[in-house]
Amino acid sequence: MICESDDAVCIVGVTRSHADNNLTASNFSQTTFFLVSLIFFNQFRPDGGPQYMKKSILYISILLFCAGVLPARTWTVAPGSSLSRVGDAIAKAKPYDTVLVHAGTYREGGITVDKPLTLRGIGRPLLDGENRYQPLSIRSSYVSVSGFRVSNCGATSLDDIAGIKVYHARYVYVFNNILENNYFGVYLSASKHCWVTGNRMISNATVEQNAGNGVHAWKCDRVHIADNQVSGHRDGIYFEFVTNSTVRRNSCINNIRYGLHFMFSHNDEYENNTFAHNGAGVAVMYTRNVRMVHNNFADNRGSASYALLLKDIQGSYLADNKFTENTIGIFMEGCTRSTFERNDFRKNGWALKLQASCENNVFRHNNFFANTFDVSTNNKLVLNTFERNYWDKYEGYDLNRDQFGDVPYHPVSLFAIVSDQMPYAMMFWRSFTVFLLDRAEKVIPSLSPDKLRDDSPLMKPYVTGTTYQ
Amino acid sequence: MKISTTIELPQSATLGMQTTHSPMQMLNIAKYVVYDILRNKFVLAYMLFLVAVSMSFFNLESDPTKGMMSLLNIILIVLPLVSIVFATIHLYNSYEFMELMLAQPLRRADIFLGQYLGMAASLCIAFGVGVGVPVLLYDGSVRGLVLVVCGLLLTLAFVSMAFLATVLSRDKARGIGVALLLWFFCTILYDGIVLMSMFAFSDYPLEKAVIGLAFLNPVDLARIAMLLQLDAAALMGYTGALFQHFFGSTVGAGLSFLAMLLWIVLPLWLAVRVFRKKDI
Repeated sequence: MICESDDAVCIVGVTRSHADNNLTASNFSQTTFFLVSLIFFNQFRPDGGPQYMKKSILYISILLFCAGVLPARTWTVAPGSSLSRVGDAIAKAKPYDTVLVHAGTYREGGITVDKPLTLRGIGRPLLDGENRYQPLSIRSSYVSVSGFRVSNCGATSLDDIAGIKVYHARYVYVFNNILENNYFGVYLSASKHCWVTGNRMISNATVEQNAGNGVHAWKCDRVHIADNQVSGHRDGIYFEFVTNSTVRRNSCINNIRYGLHFMFSHNDEYENNTFAHNGAGVAVMYTRNVRMVHNNFADNRGSASYALLLKDIQGSYLADNKFTENTIGIFMEGCTRSTFERNDFRKNGWALKLQASCENNVFRHNNFFANTFDVSTNNKLVLNTFERNYWDKYEGYDLNRDQFGDVPYHPVSLFAIVSDQMPYAMMFWRSFTVFLLDRAEKVIPSLSPDKLRDDSPLMKPYVTGTTYQ
Repeated sequence: MKISTTIELPQSATLGMQTTHSPMQMLNIAKYVVYDILRNKFVLAYMLFLVAVSMSFFNLESDPTKGMMSLLNIILIVLPLVSIVFATIHLYNSYEFMELMLAQPLRRADIFLGQYLGMAASLCIAFGVGVGVPVLLYDGSVRGLVLVVCGLLLTLAFVSMAFLATVLSRDKARGIGVALLLWFFCTILYDGIVLMSMFAFSDYPLEKAVIGLAFLNPVDLARIAMLLQLDAAALMGYTGALFQHFFGSTVGAGLSFLAMLLWIVLPLWLAVRVFRKKDI
């Protein structure tokens, strides 16, 4: 995806060569900017395929034409030249101009972009906050920032200081930047239609108190976070009051607290992300209509660690996710009317912890492999449905060959309940005595919730695309 | 002393002679024991059984992890049973051989340890071929190695216990009874008792006590070593983390290995002590 975004960059490059040829004209037209943004926008559409490539050629031709007719001014900033400060170039530029920043270190306190501009780094120039300033503040709509290295914004408890902070703007693009050692990486505040793509955010914070989030969005709408790599921050991606947004193909690894954290963020989509080795996994709360598909949750281990913590989530859809080697795969509390399909739970301590406060959730076509415990719950009250899942511990038979086991499967084992009440009993897991007790419980259930069962367990793991009569 | 005078004679005869301690003699005896066991064919059957079981576990389960889990049950139940019962019976059956050896200018401890070496070696080889080879073939990872090492150590420990059970009584039926009781206690009873007392004292902080109790049973030590490999994710949760911290650390792993060695050495040492003074 990052390489595809290169043609957006090269469009800007074309206009630059015109400007360099002293074709002086006042402004880069707003139309041009829109076209650039349109192309860029389309880059990340899931259907952006070959037919789109043809379109982009068309756009490029139109752009070439526009660039000839309505060339914008390009300001080149380089250390040692007459224009050696980014701030000066921004001050001189008219809206919709381009500022090219050549390799070098720029220590200018905080740089503020207060008009629509294209800021492009060539040879990865460094914007250094010297641990005191916010390197880049964007206070205007229609700004694109790419190719920079932004670092050392310092840390403060008073302001949410960030490497790149966007204030109340629309159509801001932050792409292909490296953000190092910042408190917050990219901070979107009360903004709409923003893109944060292909950035790498690395922080070396060690404690939660001294770290901000990689991508932080507050009170936003229609923002798109894609292809970023976040590590070492407090939360990889943090959403609060962010609606109608997408989070795709990001990888949040080794963050101090959560890989992904959101609250009150309705109608959002999370696709193809990887959340691994984070302090406490992923925690999402108080949100409705979440769509989480094809994500990877791995190796989130610890006494308070969940691959995915769902608290007060309503009407959501989780499908095709992989939960591998986590202490707890999904922990659900107060979760209602959600569907869990085709997820793969492998080698987790507890694949699913389903609190009795959850209701009307459906678990269908999920595969459970080699988990220590498949499901555990805290009460005999069960208001959720399990159907057609594959359980590797199922020992029933299928006499009529309809691919479903003929006897129901009870995924809550006695020892899961015992170890919930007496966690240190965990040490006797896999003991022959415990095996015998479990067997006795299976024959005559007394402690485990009888209603929590799969009446049609699959005999073979579910393979995507299979239909059953 | 009352039993027979014919046995008395060689013993008095040895008094006059120089009894020499030599590892070579011990190894020689061990060699004869191994020959004898091979003639017996039981160990061969045991080995074939292990091969069949482990191959089928690995072939039936698509995931080697599940194969390992099933194999773990075999190692925790069948292996101790076979080791302790077979070693007990064999030692009783080779009493005549031992009596013959005792007539020679050999130290009693050497004869006894030679017997132990031969028995332990043949059972370990059977286990190594029967489980070790399939495990390394299908799952050549650290956990596979841990499984094999645990199995070998358990074999040694239970053969030691068998030898202790044998020297404690001249009566074969009684000796086998003691051996079976030891097996039953270690594999089933002990965990049951500890679990029950945990229920009874669940109001108290028992975490550390439970760790201590694990050292009192070789089967539990082996099981926990494997648990760390197979259920690491679950052990990281809640107080399970305590066990993970303890047994997963170098100190904890070293201590449990030492405890396991103690389970091998201690019964054997006691058995040698009894055997040395025993009236044959």
